[in-house]
Amino acid sequence: MSLAESLTMFPSPFLTAIFWFLLVSVVLYFTRAPAHRAMATLFQVLSEAMQLAAASIHGAENRLAARNRDVLLASGREAAERGIEREFERVEVNVRREIAQCTAIDRMMTEALTRIEEDHKRSMDVPPAPPGWAGVVQAIAEVPGKSDPIVSGILEQIHTSLLKMQKEAINAYRSAVQARHEHLRKMAPEWRNLTQLTTQMKKNVTTMIERSQTIDRQMDEYENVIRRTEQAERTLTASSLSQFFVSGLVLAIAIGGAFINFQLIARPMAEAVGANSFIGNFRIAEIAALVIILLETAMGLFLMESFRITRLFPMIGALPDKTRQRMIYATLSILFFFACVESGLAYMREILLEDELATSAVLRGEAQAAATTSYMWITTTAQMVMGFVLPFALVFVAIPLESFVQSSRTVIGMVAGALLRTIAAVFLLLGKAFDYGGRLLVDVYDIAIFGPLWLETVVKPAGSGKPVRSSSPRIRKKPGDTPAVNEAVS
Amino acid sequence: MKHFLTLALVAVMLGLSACSEPAPRNRGVYMLIDTSGTYTEELAKAQQIINAVLAKLNPGDSFAVARIDTGSFSEKDIVAKVTFDERPSVANQQKRAFLESIDRFIKEVRPATYTDITGGILQASEYLNEKNPGSKVILVFSDLKEELKKGYVRDFPLLLDRIEIIALNVTKLRSDNVDPREYLNRLEAWQQRVVQDGGDWRVINDLDRLNQIIRG
Repeated sequence: MSLAESLTMFPSPFLTAIFWFLLVSVVLYFTRAPAHRAMATLFQVLSEAMQLAAASIHGAENRLAARNRDVLLASGREAAERGIEREFERVEVNVRREIAQCTAIDRMMTEALTRIEEDHKRSMDVPPAPPGWAGVVQAIAEVPGKSDPIVSGILEQIHTSLLKMQKEAINAYRSAVQARHEHLRKMAPEWRNLTQLTTQMKKNVTTMIERSQTIDRQMDEYENVIRRTEQAERTLTASSLSQFFVSGLVLAIAIGGAFINFQLIARPMAEAVGANSFIGNFRIAEIAALVIILLETAMGLFLMESFRITRLFPMIGALPDKTRQRMIYATLSILFFFACVESGLAYMREILLEDELATSAVLRGEAQAAATTSYMWITTTAQMVMGFVLPFALVFVAIPLESFVQSSRTVIGMVAGALLRTIAAVFLLLGKAFDYGGRLLVDVYDIAIFGPLWLETVVKPAGSGKPVRSSSPRIRKKPGDTPAVNEAVS
Repeated sequence: MKHFLTLALVAVMLGLSACSEPAPRNRGVYMLIDTSGTYTEELAKAQQIINAVLAKLNPGDSFAVARIDTGSFSEKDIVAKVTFDERPSVANQQKRAFLESIDRFIKEVRPATYTDITGGILQASEYLNEKNPGSKVILVFSDLKEELKKGYVRDFPLLLDRIEIIALNVTKLRSDNVDPREYLNRLEAWQQRVVQDGGDWRVINDLDRLNQIIRG
């Protein structure tokens, strides 16, 4: 007997359906209170679990945000300190240079002033006065008897002598004036020199003022970072993001360069380590080429660290100057060695390529390929130069790499924070959904037993008020809830 | 502690298994050239195929060319054989030298009276199993019409595990034209025999598809 047959109570299916509906309604009516409690409790548990999870994730997000802030401000402080330190170094260099110049300028100015003073004094010398014979001449001129030939002759002679003397006096006067003018003329370049010196001094002072303004600005930023202001945080976040993308772009370019480098040396590497040896799915020749490129990058990192341009390995930066200098020489030597090896491999690559072309031509039944034309040396040279230069170019990868590593800490923290926020929001949403879902289910239950409920309201006396409702608990904040739940619910 | 030791042992075993000798990736190709009767006229095509195969092979691969004659189960029938050096430059030189050997063979070859294809395949499988490359291919450049000299026994199973046999340029004989079923039956019989003995079977008659002979 099938289930349908066992459920059939009357010949008419309609009557059977009515019968079962009424029976189920009555059963559900009598089990209403415990059913409501069970449903409400279940959904309350689910809702609170979701809210707890959301609160927990929210707490984790807050801790992460605080940690991110610490990291961001610490890196910002470090960068600001580094910037100020470098600015002070520049100022120190400037001051040393300017002070040395100041002494020289001061000496030059004093000398110029002395010369000007001397010239001025010389220019003050009075030109020689004409001889004081005017009175004598006048006395002689007043001698009577001018018509006397003797007197006339004497006067004539005196006249001639006087003219001569006058001429000499004028000449002497002119030369004296000329000498004074000469002294004054000599003073002009000294003045100009003095003007130049003062301009130079002004320029130096302006440079120093500009430097000090830069330091002031950086000190302001540093103070903001130390005070942990929001403005500093915003600035540092924006700076980290831009650094992340810019350094990522530069790193992508560097990876492109490394790939070209790899292509240059992977093929000829087969000559050294064999073309048919594998580690896993990778040819040993390719792995060897990759290792060489990675070693070059590592050497570049060490070189940059030794120069104190980057600070990925603080231990290297803290080494004594002499040791760092030795490291610089060592890494440069190794890089030079790698560059020579790569250049040789690039040359070998070209030879192998030509050999393969020749063999292919023979296999195709053609005459010896005329590929070795006169311009092939250009590509060979280009490949060799690239092989030599690329290892040194890879050295500079250290700079964007450092920037990328430092900014990625902030960016990853931000992304993780956003992810946690989203998860917390989803949990909160689920908590609310379970809360209202429980209430909805309780109401749906009551809809299913609308008949008995209606009868209850009819049978109950009017004064007794509303039909008996189940004492089903509602999901809402309770004093017993944990603060986290209350916070999450609110 | 006991669990820790077990875990450590498992880790060591896994590490050792990871460091075990990898499977060979090189290829071994053995080409049989039918030199019986009028089929010698097709040798120019055989040379074309050899060139294509040589162009496809890499350092570390092995290649041998042997002729099919009255009794092909013999090292004397191997015209040229080579295992290419790991260094590409040396491998190129070996390819050129190999080609010269084939040129000489093509010029000097004389038609054989009988066609012992089975003996040739046996010799090829022996050569390839000895070399033990990663993939083994036997190229049979023949019309697949076997004619054995009286007394030669060849009706026994061949050991062709993991060996791919490719029949190339299977020309139709005059009798095939009269009754094409002969040709089809011949092909089917060879396929059945090869597959039964553990090998794979392919036929390539269109020489424009030479690049499909050696995969990879």
